[in-house]
Amino acid sequence: MMGFSRGQAVAFLLMTALVVVAPFVLYPVFLMKVLCFALFACAFNLLVGYVGLLSFGHAAYFGMGSYVAGYAAKVWGFTPELAILAGTLTGTGLGVVFGWLAIRRQGIYFAMITLALAQMNYFFCVQAPFTGGEDGIQQIPRGRLFGVISLQNDMAIYAVVAVVFLFGFLLIRRIVHSPFGQVLKAIRENEPRAISLGYRTDDYKLVAFILSTAIAGAAGATKALVFGIATLTDVHFAMSGEVVLMTLLGGLGTIFGPVMGAFVVTAMENYLAQFGAWVTVTQGVIFVACVLAFRRGIIGELGAKLRLAL
Amino acid sequence: MEISRRALLGTAAAVATVPVARRARAQANTIKIGVLNDQSGPYRDTGGPTSVICAKQAVEEFQSKGFNVEVIAADHQNKPDLGASIAREWYDREGVDLIIDVPTSSVALAIAGVSKEKNKVHINVGAATSDLTGKSCSPTLVHYCYDTYMLAKSTGGATVKAGGDSWYFITADYAFGQQLQKDTTAFVTAAGGKVLGSSPYPFPGTTDFSSFLLQAQSSGAKVLGLCNAGGDTVNSIKQAKEFGIKMRLAAMLMFVTDVNALGLDAAQGLVLTESFYWDLNDRTRAFTNRVKAKTPNNWPNMIHAGNYSGTLHFLKAVADMGVAEAKKSGAAIVERMKKMPVDDDCFQGSIRVDGRGMFPSYLFEVKKPSESKGKWDYFKTLVTTPADQAWRPLNEGGCYFVTA
Repeated sequence: MMGFSRGQAVAFLLMTALVVVAPFVLYPVFLMKVLCFALFACAFNLLVGYVGLLSFGHAAYFGMGSYVAGYAAKVWGFTPELAILAGTLTGTGLGVVFGWLAIRRQGIYFAMITLALAQMNYFFCVQAPFTGGEDGIQQIPRGRLFGVISLQNDMAIYAVVAVVFLFGFLLIRRIVHSPFGQVLKAIRENEPRAISLGYRTDDYKLVAFILSTAIAGAAGATKALVFGIATLTDVHFAMSGEVVLMTLLGGLGTIFGPVMGAFVVTAMENYLAQFGAWVTVTQGVIFVACVLAFRRGIIGELGAKLRLAL
Repeated sequence: MEISRRALLGTAAAVATVPVARRARAQANTIKIGVLNDQSGPYRDTGGPTSVICAKQAVEEFQSKGFNVEVIAADHQNKPDLGASIAREWYDREGVDLIIDVPTSSVALAIAGVSKEKNKVHINVGAATSDLTGKSCSPTLVHYCYDTYMLAKSTGGATVKAGGDSWYFITADYAFGQQLQKDTTAFVTAAGGKVLGSSPYPFPGTTDFSSFLLQAQSSGAKVLGLCNAGGDTVNSIKQAKEFGIKMRLAAMLMFVTDVNALGLDAAQGLVLTESFYWDLNDRTRAFTNRVKAKTPNNWPNMIHAGNYSGTLHFLKAVADMGVAEAKKSGAAIVERMKKMPVDDDCFQGSIRVDGRGMFPSYLFEVKKPSESKGKWDYFKTLVTTPADQAWRPLNEGGCYFVTA
């Protein structure tokens, strides 16, 4: 099945089963948030885990995707699928411009350029009239899928979010395991060698960057529809940091890691909210513990234990 | 086969970390109140745990009319999506009937939307935006004790009456700051004052206000209006003190709790507006005496008092209707709240048809350290604006269900 190894196939089926069963046990809105962040983290992981490019500005694509989708759905009356498409295209467009600039440098310089561009984007969002400044875009309608099916019901929109997530997830998996993905991994391991083999690494990196930002845009767009809001939180650099946390916690360069990471971080945020200040403290402690003791992340460690590439 | 079993076990173990979802169903005879605010970030002292304490105080003092009241609380971290998902879960799963407090405009507008959709009551105390009773108004919402219009009117208009007739603004250059400057300018000129200039500064990220302060000083204006909030306000006040700026400082958005954090030495002479101060009269002092043991380091400001008064007023309306009736519709509860006068130790007034709480506003001046007689003795009252003049007129808000 799509080149899955047996272990991965089982893990994927398990994950799919969980995605299907979970809304009957846990609160669907919470799960949709998890799925949106999971997709976002997977997109980020595509870049950092498989090309070795650490972007510190992924919130820009996520947030802009969410703004444009929100605006399109609210003001132009786009149907949900078109709004998500608009968000994806926004992520793509931004990715082309930002990526074209950023991939010229490596390591810390790459990270700083992406951060700087994302900050510029943040300031733009603070000032631009269409984002509603610090109030954000509020009360975005969930609309009707294909103009027919109302998504007002939580379960209906959950199905849409689950499909978007699974599609994105499989797409990323397909990219990683394609010949293109093999070249990306070669670039990650040793870029001069990839160049000497005749690969135009800049082109590969740019395409990977754009794919990542497009999926991040789709994740943001989906989130805007779920919650009916698009705000500065989504473009703020704290969001870029959060996605790094999710990916590291779950397991860098593992296909399932970011999903697990997104689940853990979102669950902490939601279920520890009643303990007030302890949320951020707990997040910090877990992050430190993870970096010190489980450097491969939850899924990474699990994979190593089971000798599986998850 | 062995591998897949292992994968299964591994994933199962990971799933075991899932926090067990609590299935708390709405109980017919219990009214549940959720205090949703910032418990860990910049608005922790202006709202935070003290708001929860004040809401609980109201529940304690409320003479039970044959139903139970439960108070829960959560931290929204100033993230609208987190706030909205907590609110949805509270309404859908926890059976919450009222969400109160909710600082930060973006979160407040999101919660107002969710509450309207679910037909549940939201009493907003913590957020400043006057849109809550204007173009974003909702039949299930009450905005309790302050907003940007009232702050601009009192601090702008009343300061001119108290002698500060020429102004200079330092403004955070984004929608909130610009709006505040525009509103305040209108009130200053209406009261016969004039504005000599303004320095917009890039927001966010500005920490050095020195050049703006010197420009303000050289304009020769008597009053320096600070159209910003939170950390920016605190920074500009501290730096004004360090530069020995001789103008009267007017903070457009500031609370007694911020003055406590700044200290009288830096804050003396500053003017600001609140609708509650613990030392206003016998009733406010009595209220403060009852709660201060529970929150010894953070005495109530107007947001905290609003949480107390809002909770109490809500419970009175519910008791008046009967729990069974109240559970059916949030809009009906708010309807009832608008019909009943607000009368408790913190606030006396009413709720207007658009959800606006109608209470007097007070222009305070921060005392000099030598004038302060004790702990938290910070303000003297300069001007009182009566309730019917303090707020934006009903027909100017643009609320869709208000028919003029």
